[in-house]
Amino acid sequence: MLARVWAIYRKDLLQELRTKETVVAVLVFALLVLVIFSFAVGDNIAADAAPGILWVALSFGGVIGLNRTFAVEKENARLEGLMLCPVDRAVIYWGKLAGSFTFMLVLAVVITPVFLALFNLPVFLPRLALIIVLAVLGFASVGTLFAALAVNTRARDIMLPILFLPVVAPVIIAAVKATAPVLAAAPWGELATWLEILIAFDVIFLVVGTLVFEFVIEE
Amino acid sequence: MNRKKLRDRLLLALTFALMMAALATVFLYAPTEKHTGVIQRIFYFHVPVAWVAFLAYFITFIGSILYLSKRKARWDALAAASAEVGVLFTTLVLITGPIWARPVWGIWWTWDARLTTSLVLWLIYIAYLLVRRFAGEPGRGARLAAVVGIAGFIDVPLVFITVNLWRTQHPTTIIFEGGLTGSMLVTLLVCLVAFTLLYILLVRQATGLKMLETEIKNIKRMREE
Repeated sequence: MLARVWAIYRKDLLQELRTKETVVAVLVFALLVLVIFSFAVGDNIAADAAPGILWVALSFGGVIGLNRTFAVEKENARLEGLMLCPVDRAVIYWGKLAGSFTFMLVLAVVITPVFLALFNLPVFLPRLALIIVLAVLGFASVGTLFAALAVNTRARDIMLPILFLPVVAPVIIAAVKATAPVLAAAPWGELATWLEILIAFDVIFLVVGTLVFEFVIEE
Repeated sequence: MNRKKLRDRLLLALTFALMMAALATVFLYAPTEKHTGVIQRIFYFHVPVAWVAFLAYFITFIGSILYLSKRKARWDALAAASAEVGVLFTTLVLITGPIWARPVWGIWWTWDARLTTSLVLWLIYIAYLLVRRFAGEPGRGARLAAVVGIAGFIDVPLVFITVNLWRTQHPTTIIFEGGLTGSMLVTLLVCLVAFTLLYILLVRQATGLKMLETEIKNIKRMREE
């Protein structure tokens, strides 16, 4: 089971490592979101706007990257090839999920320090890393399911954000709310509830995704 | 077939009668609220409409699960019809809410838990209807929409809990502070029953319509072959 998930994950990872096209494009896009936002809100932004800007950049960048993960599978009928693998559909879900999770994690690892530096915030924040891991897992669990769904529709570029963003609203709210006390160096107590929500969301949607993924890619 | 027609007629008559009763109780029987005045009467429409919207999404959820497990077109038609009615009623919630809020709180909109949850739900189910349209063929649309119908509904409590913690103000409780008097409660109950009947009527009609559409498509396909 794990070996099979690993095989699918490794395939995605290798392909991205050899071309690096998606990751570079998405990084540039997320960076642009940061820049546009600083133009939009002005340079002396209040501390309460900063967490929001980070999470807009990460969720928008994430959704663009997610779109690519299944769009490339559509080319050359590679999705059919994947479907022919003698594995459970849930294995494909977890393999693709691991790929999207890694992808968004890389995005966050590059974008977050840039964001912190651009807005003159403390750069070393281990607690922020925890929030990012939990939130990105939530993004990947819902995103993998909906990216596989959107790729089978016409207008798939617009379908994914329309589906993805309202459903991950709890993740975005919780991540923004948890980031604010971290940036303000507040005690753990202030972000505990938000971390619990992120964990609950992750667990629920990992289960839902595993259960319903087979219906999305059948045919 | 005839019995079904009779049942539909009966349901229509009953819904109509109760709607008239609802109008009468709201405008003639219920007392004018002391603090906010006559605008409070919109409450008797706003609350039942919101209830129907949530009921509709729950039925879509059940219909989606049944469709994926049984693959009967009937369940998909039910889920789709219910989602359409749900979006319509959520739209009404989002319209009646600000009409009520403006004179009472002095604002059209506040990012309160209930309002925000309704707005996010509205967006999720519009996406549900769009997936159906953009899926290309009906069979695929039914299957993909069912997945959205399940994931979307499971998201509802998560959205509500999160938004509730995010903005903890509850302006709506002002209404309930003094409690509802007996006649207000009666009015609310009449309206709840009337709107629930309206929901059943609309979903029955829409489900039937969708089933007929599928039938016509099948006949056309058979003729072409």
